[in-house]
Amino acid sequence: MTTSTHHAHDHPPHLAHHWETPQQQFDAGKLGMWLFLATEVLFFGGLFVGYSVWRGNDPELFQYGSRFLDTNMGALNTAILILSSMTMAMAVTFAQQSKQKALVICLVLTVLGGAGFMVIKYFEYTHKFHDGLFAGPAFYNGPPDPTKAHLWDPSLPVVTQEQLIAARMAAATTPPPPADATDAQPLTAQRSAIAPPQAGPSGLNLHANRASHDSHGKHDLLHPLQDPHRPVNAHVFFTIYYLMTGLHGIHVLVGMGVIGWLAVRAMKGHFNSEYFTPVDLVGLYWHVVDLVWIFLFPLFYLIH
Amino acid sequence: MAQVTDTHKHSNEDAGHHGVGHIVSPKILIANTIALLVLTVITVAVAKIDFMEYNIHELNMIVALGVAVVKASLVCLFFMHLYWDRPFNGFVLVGSIAFVALFMVLAMMDTSEYRSDIVPGDSRGVVERINAAEQRYAPGSTP
Repeated sequence: MTTSTHHAHDHPPHLAHHWETPQQQFDAGKLGMWLFLATEVLFFGGLFVGYSVWRGNDPELFQYGSRFLDTNMGALNTAILILSSMTMAMAVTFAQQSKQKALVICLVLTVLGGAGFMVIKYFEYTHKFHDGLFAGPAFYNGPPDPTKAHLWDPSLPVVTQEQLIAARMAAATTPPPPADATDAQPLTAQRSAIAPPQAGPSGLNLHANRASHDSHGKHDLLHPLQDPHRPVNAHVFFTIYYLMTGLHGIHVLVGMGVIGWLAVRAMKGHFNSEYFTPVDLVGLYWHVVDLVWIFLFPLFYLIH
Repeated sequence: MAQVTDTHKHSNEDAGHHGVGHIVSPKILIANTIALLVLTVITVAVAKIDFMEYNIHELNMIVALGVAVVKASLVCLFFMHLYWDRPFNGFVLVGSIAFVALFMVLAMMDTSEYRSDIVPGDSRGVVERINAAEQRYAPGSTP
């Protein structure tokens, strides 16, 4: 318990003049942090709405694209973020108990957790970059260096977007063969305007894409550009994937920086049971980063 | 006011801290972490089951998002201290989520208005071209 005597009344050194009590100062700071976190929820919320609209319109795109993500890497990153959230929450507890050494250790572990997350994300991203699985139109340029691509098969031809569209149109417009050759009915009366499911647009046959692949064997995946069964506009999945995980990754980097700053201040002994507000508020931010990932993981990696 | 503060302070000195904020014991934090990790294992395991084969459409996504909501609640309540915190902080969080939900509901309602124009997996232009081509084969028309 440190008490300052440089004021007429009992006044802790960290208490700013415009607050009546440490409790009031703490509550106001915490409310301010929660209001900032509300804007963060709205920030990511816009992207979640975009995701929902795209997935609602084209569920096939997400089923298809998800197979190019490594579920084990995503699950490992989920575990790392949960553990770093725990060390951050522990840091708050130790700061409140004035346990300096434990506080510093927990903050350093939290930064290391963030670093571990970013290293795994780096491997995931570079793996996709080598295969040319980029966001937007760059997706259709193919792998920048085919020798580094994992999925690219030089012996296979590239299926262009135009060819996919042409194949869809042909499938939709080719008259189905007559059910019975001796049928005397005129051709126009037999045929439905609806294309047969196996040949129609992907939406009519839920298993169209899966037929050529084993649903679990990643090694059986064809490169999207060489896959005649890929959905039209397959790049849309990768665009929203990079947007959402990228914005989340930036938040992890910012969090690592701020927690590193807390660790330096903790080493200097700035925090104790009377003053730990920065540790508490940065902790809240770090948990929001964890929260966002808790939703990103199933939305991108766990689509069957 | 000063009197209230003094009583508050003294009553908390016995507890070993100043009384600002609630101290959560490491035991609770570890238990919460174990629960979160177990839920992560469960959600990954469930994702490997193809409910489509049992004709239960969308169950994969419902389970995955349901587990995510439970995990998020655990993080908010215990890691973020909302269980012990002033209710208004929780109200700010729930309020922001409510507005995202409002945004999402209106956007999805608008999108579903146009859904009949969309063949899943295809862009608008493709649909128009397929429709135009199909028109030529429509019953009653002369090819």
